[in-house]
Amino acid sequence: MLFAGFYTALWFQGGKVKTRNLFTKFGTTFLWSILTIITLFPIYWMILVSTRTPVELFGKPDLSPTFLEKVHWKNFTKPFLDGVYSDYLFNSIIVATSNAALVTVLALMATYALSRFKLAGSESIFFWTMTNRMAPPAAFLLPLFLLFSTVFKFGDFTLFDTKIGLILLYCVFNLPFAIWLLKGIIDGIPKELDEAMVVDGANLFTIFRKLIIPLAAPGIAVTSLLSFLFAWNEYLLASTLTSVYARTIPTGLSEFVTTTGTNWGTMAAVALVSMIPALLFLFAVQKHIVAGLTFGAVKG
Amino acid sequence: MFSNNKKGWLLLSPTIFILIIVGLVPFFYVLYVGFFKWNPLAVDPSMQFEGFGFNYRRLIFDGVFLESIWRSIKFSVVTLTLELSLGFLLALSLLSSFPLKKFFRGVHTLPLVIAPIVVGSIFKLFTVQGLGPLPHLLKDYFGYTLNYGMNAEQAFWMIVIMDIWHWTPFVTLTLLAGLSALPQDPYESAKIDGANNFQIFLYITIPMMVPVLIVVIFIRLMDSLKIVDEVWMLTGGGPGYATRFTGIHIWKEVFEKRYYGLGSAMSILYLYITIVICWILYSVMVSRGKSED
Repeated sequence: MLFAGFYTALWFQGGKVKTRNLFTKFGTTFLWSILTIITLFPIYWMILVSTRTPVELFGKPDLSPTFLEKVHWKNFTKPFLDGVYSDYLFNSIIVATSNAALVTVLALMATYALSRFKLAGSESIFFWTMTNRMAPPAAFLLPLFLLFSTVFKFGDFTLFDTKIGLILLYCVFNLPFAIWLLKGIIDGIPKELDEAMVVDGANLFTIFRKLIIPLAAPGIAVTSLLSFLFAWNEYLLASTLTSVYARTIPTGLSEFVTTTGTNWGTMAAVALVSMIPALLFLFAVQKHIVAGLTFGAVKG
Repeated sequence: MFSNNKKGWLLLSPTIFILIIVGLVPFFYVLYVGFFKWNPLAVDPSMQFEGFGFNYRRLIFDGVFLESIWRSIKFSVVTLTLELSLGFLLALSLLSSFPLKKFFRGVHTLPLVIAPIVVGSIFKLFTVQGLGPLPHLLKDYFGYTLNYGMNAEQAFWMIVIMDIWHWTPFVTLTLLAGLSALPQDPYESAKIDGANNFQIFLYITIPMMVPVLIVVIFIRLMDSLKIVDEVWMLTGGGPGYATRFTGIHIWKEVFEKRYYGLGSAMSILYLYITIVICWILYSVMVSRGKSED
């Protein structure tokens, strides 16, 4: 703690003052190098495991980058080509994409209504959407399970174990987040522009198409990317509300825990594949992730 | 057109409809089921009404449940303290410029976008006995035996370490965003008045950061109180009850033992406690923030 206090004082020489000696610079870089190693080392080990045979994993851990010479591709082909994981992957893609599209469209409409119209009780509605995001999902597992499997019935069709069920369900945490993120952006577009278009005889659809969507495009892109990511990453609800046909890749990952004698290589390979969207989006969302995770309360 | 509220409600209606179906209806349903004794695997698998607060009265004396709540709170406080101090330090360091800063920041963002269940897998592969390098390294260099499958203390702290690995970047980046947006005038006045760095930090930075700190603490507390995925993957709630946080406990009671009525009552209490904790914290922090202005 003493060390920490010392460093804080050293680093923080009253705001953004640029005078900083070489020693502090070196120390900071050194500290961040260690942090980076701590962050990357477990991921690096996962990559190593995913490229090795069970025999190679036996015994003392070998930390050398053997995947440069030889990759045990069977870890990847076994679950994804021979097994059911290609179905899981397909389900995940469908669910996350549809959910992101649905959430973005609905949130855009809702935000526009909250931002432009003087609706009675819109403050309460705003607060209510927020509470949906904050509630612990574990508390809603049982009612959702019962409702999905027995109550929400349309003939023989129930929402249990369907992709539609998951797509609707993920709105619970994605819609509030999307509304909060888009609210800041749409509030920033001057109301006079809309009114001018109305005077020119434009209808709501034209206003969206010609004004709101072009001006809010970056925000909309970030919202849908983050919605996709949250839907892709969700595990608890998916594992409870699906059994065979709509299982997503995170639920598939947890199946490795229960099987006796885990095949670590395969598990690492599946984990690695399910990380791909996160890695792809990292650079796109990096600047906006703070705004995204704090509902726009803090701008990144 | 904007005085015509019908169009506004029309735009809002699909959102409200979906949130009622998947948010509000489940809430009232769980409230309803919580008043019944209901176990579909019991001799009588139907719902039986046993007095208004039957399940809740049972829960007050249910040591395992109360312990799981205490465990969740302890976990949240521990991780929050560690992540906040570490994150603040890192955010301060990112205010200055140093070589490779952008790269370090990019890598630091990485854990945020990884799914909790994948984080659990990564840590399982990294720390499990007989496979992971961590137990081996600890054994060889420090003579320390890491086997969280057997040792309750180690299991709890392993989850803490995993949570720090996963969520410190969130604290860092959010606080950094807040710090970079602070006005510079108070700092200049303080410098002229001869304040030292520590005083500046304590009397200027902290009070000005209160709104951002509230957001960070609020979100982190909410999220760590509902932790399930990573723990489920890493320890499955064990060994014994060592890492059985409330979310996992409810899952086990409901889907393994099929205590539907009792599980519903647990869910409601869990929800209630989460809200109360956050409400207390929010009021305390807001009033503190106002008095310091």
